[in-house]
Amino acid sequence: MTLSDAHYPDDLLYHDQHDWARLEGDEHAVFGITWYAQDSLGEVVFYDAPEIGATISKDASYAEVESVKAVSDVIAPMSGEIVEVNDSLEDAPERINEDPYGEGWLVKVRLTHPEERGALLDAGEYRKMLEKS
Amino acid sequence: MSEENLRRTPLYERHAELGAKLVPFAGWEMPVTYEGIREEHSAVRTHAGMFDVSHMGEVEVEGPGALAFLQRVLSNDVAKIAIGGAQYSCLCNEEGGVLDDLFTYRLGGDRYLIVTNSANHASDLAWLGRWSRQFGDVAVRDVADRYAMLAVQGPHARAIVSAALRVELPPRMRVAPVRIGARPALACGTGYTGEDGVELLIDPEIAPAIWVELLDAGVVPCGLGARDTLRLEVCFHLHGNDLTPERNPIEAGLGWCCVEETGFVGAEAVAQARREGTAEKLVPFKIEGAGIPREGNPVMRGDEQVGVVTSGTFSPSLELGIGMAYLQTDLAEPGSEVEIDVRGKRRPARIASKPLYQRKG
Repeated sequence: MTLSDAHYPDDLLYHDQHDWARLEGDEHAVFGITWYAQDSLGEVVFYDAPEIGATISKDASYAEVESVKAVSDVIAPMSGEIVEVNDSLEDAPERINEDPYGEGWLVKVRLTHPEERGALLDAGEYRKMLEKS
Repeated sequence: MSEENLRRTPLYERHAELGAKLVPFAGWEMPVTYEGIREEHSAVRTHAGMFDVSHMGEVEVEGPGALAFLQRVLSNDVAKIAIGGAQYSCLCNEEGGVLDDLFTYRLGGDRYLIVTNSANHASDLAWLGRWSRQFGDVAVRDVADRYAMLAVQGPHARAIVSAALRVELPPRMRVAPVRIGARPALACGTGYTGEDGVELLIDPEIAPAIWVELLDAGVVPCGLGARDTLRLEVCFHLHGNDLTPERNPIEAGLGWCCVEETGFVGAEAVAQARREGTAEKLVPFKIEGAGIPREGNPVMRGDEQVGVVTSGTFSPSLELGIGMAYLQTDLAEPGSEVEIDVRGKRRPARIASKPLYQRKG
């Protein structure tokens, strides 16, 4: 498997637990895990997705991703309701490693508190946080 | 243990060079993976992979009383090991609990080498030393620093090792004194992957050069991650998980390596467990559908907990969750259906027979 190099796109917002959010208009967002998160975890072999309609809260776990060795909670960067999950990951969870910001997206959410974006990091701030750790 | 205190094997620099992901393991800083667990797993199943297992311990037992002493402490019939032979056995306490599981190699008439699990090496040594005092004519020596250990495993492992290192290898379950890198070494026809292969006990000084020679010969470096998935697919026990001082060999399914007639420490308890049966048994299982079981997950039947998972992982060969669990004996038959409570989610599982993965060819 060829893994992509470390990268953190500028058009995303980041949560310090290594999750990203791509805002779509004022009320929706797509969530996923960052390059750093998938690299720490190793090859993802299972994505345990939430149910459509489930309510998720900022800073709380809404899903699990597992590699051969480890399981990791996925933390919601913002609060909302799940409107779509990436079903293709059921058969190809490795997409989370290969393309964490594209085909490896996890859920689409209708945001209940869009103002929470203010608490998230931009790409530069997230990179700085990683450098410090 | 803090990270500064972690020990490093003679191959540490090679691992770092290859970009291995290093983790603390039993007091050592060990590679868990280089390029990915699945790739490494597959290399061992189809070609040849090598593991730095220099963290494992070695104990030499020598003297006219060696056989009588080893019969007393090891569960198997040590008298059956011919010179150049190898044998698996348990080290039991008086209650029949498993202190360690180990391989014993007979190097000479009254000279044996025992390979210990790294986490148990110090306590094994103390235990062996204590019992050896009842036998005046035997020496127990810690020789762990004398050896680096490389496990080269896979269908092509033997051919590559013998060609690359110009060495004649012993057959399965045998040990031979050889020369590797112009130094005395031991080649053992043993392993922990379910594949053919060898374990090489070599001079630590030449270990880095030997590693590179094997790398150049096409052997794939593999970490502890693949070592765990490989051993679990073929249901080899991991001490600390599937074997503990609180469990006896009978419930662990290791009655085959216990010969109570030899009068080993714990033999009475093991004989009783064999005679009367045990409340629980260690069994392999497969998850039916999604989910990956992990150590400590409860095994459920309805609302009742009927067992506990001691090892669990994703099987790269079978592409599903597998594991081993101590389970109530009445449910411990192959085909029996249970549920594994994986962090609050019930995952249907079926008890299987050993091994979970059958070697091709």
